[in-house]
Amino acid sequence: MEMLARLAEMLQRGEDQEVLRLTREAVAQGLPAARILNDGLIAGMNVVGERFKCHDIFLPDVLLAARAMYAGMEELKPLLIRDGVPARGRVVLGTVQGDLHDIGKNLVAIMLRGAGYEVVDLGHNVAPAAFVDAAERADARVIGLSALLTTTMPVMRQVVEQVRARGLAGRVRVIVGGAPVSADFAREIGADDYGYDGASAVDKVAALMAAR
Amino acid sequence: MRPILERVGRGEVLLADGAMGTLLMARGLKAGECPEALNLDRPDVVASVSADYAAAGADIVLTNTFGGSPLKLALYGLEERTEAVNAAAVAAARRGAGDGVYVAASCGPTGRMLQPYGDTPPEAVAAAFARQLAALAAAGVDLIVVETMTDLAEAVLAVAAARAAAPGVPVAATMTFDVTPNGFFTIMGVDIPRAARELAAAGAHILGANCGVGVEPMVAAAAELRRATDRPLLVQANAGLPELRDGAPVWPETPDVYAGRAAALPALGVGIIGGCCGTTPAHIAALRRMLDARR
Repeated sequence: MEMLARLAEMLQRGEDQEVLRLTREAVAQGLPAARILNDGLIAGMNVVGERFKCHDIFLPDVLLAARAMYAGMEELKPLLIRDGVPARGRVVLGTVQGDLHDIGKNLVAIMLRGAGYEVVDLGHNVAPAAFVDAAERADARVIGLSALLTTTMPVMRQVVEQVRARGLAGRVRVIVGGAPVSADFAREIGADDYGYDGASAVDKVAALMAAR
Repeated sequence: MRPILERVGRGEVLLADGAMGTLLMARGLKAGECPEALNLDRPDVVASVSADYAAAGADIVLTNTFGGSPLKLALYGLEERTEAVNAAAVAAARRGAGDGVYVAASCGPTGRMLQPYGDTPPEAVAAAFARQLAALAAAGVDLIVVETMTDLAEAVLAVAAARAAAPGVPVAATMTFDVTPNGFFTIMGVDIPRAARELAAAGAHILGANCGVGVEPMVAAAAELRRATDRPLLVQANAGLPELRDGAPVWPETPDVYAGRAAALPALGVGIIGGCCGTTPAHIAALRRMLDARR
């Protein structure tokens, strides 16, 4: 446990080489990959997310921590598959058409990946149909939409409408987020949920996956 | 016209314009289109925005070049037209605003994350700003406004590029600060004293804050800027934070509310006041009345 606490600590500091080394060491000592992931990497990333939310740390710290987290996760991925640890499901994510802002969306991707979800990141300026196509192709259960511009928020409604038009409502859930977006707006456009930030997006996605 | 720095240096308060993007949308720019492409395709529309702000009493209009760096234009396949896009923007602003109004070149972030946090080397960002600012300088501007920056390294590169491209043109640099329990910070963790110190060292003549928050927090940010520097200040706040009413975003600070709160800015030594997201020619007209009433 001492070692996993240290792994979490190094992740928080963004020491990717050290995270990689400790992950390998933990594997070599025979610790289950799922435990290294949960009590090391995810535990560390949770603290990072929490501190970012409190403005205690800033974007550069989160990006460095994410890099460290990915270094450890790459190492664990084949082991998790070998151990038959079930994947937590796929999420299609992107910033809606007309919007080029992807910092918030990237943070959500980091937190979701950290929580064990497979994220299909479509990037920014993504057309409504592209979200639904990707969700069908990847058999994703959740589509996550981001917008920073008030002017692009209406595109979110189009994605919800397309999910319904293709008969995917209930099978594919839509969650929305971004600075101008609110729970009221999510309700109004018929989205399944709203995530205030990266950390809450993880909780909401977990609830949407479980609600099936 | 007398130079901007001279007027501001004598304690005069100049009025800049308000939001550009939302007005362009109202006049035909579609979601997903490149706002700067309008400089070439619909220069009349771009000029009409400057004309409306000038009519509202603005002393300074900003060009439609916020996303005019080749790195940003590349997202729309317009990288090769960087020179034409930026030159056309200056011409449209100049024509729209008419005589007696300063034209300021807007220079926003590249949208790329610099190394080591992202994948873009600083040299690429420096080269992008150099190319955009050379085009703006060649078209002839009265001021360069490096704005809405959150990464100090990127802001410093833009200021340095502006100084090099247009040695005779004053440069203002504004960053976007969030209100946190520990004070004002950009999302990249830059506080006001550090921003003021490094932007001044990079050669910015005017320092300031824009976007992100409404006027009230902006007054507090201006007070902190005042303590951090003796250079003239530039403030362009949002019209509050957007609220949703019947599915449409509404900016809560009406022109009178905005101007009423902004009345605290001149006493803090803010030499240029304008507006950012959600502000309209009506906001600028209200600021004009507020500033004229002080005289």
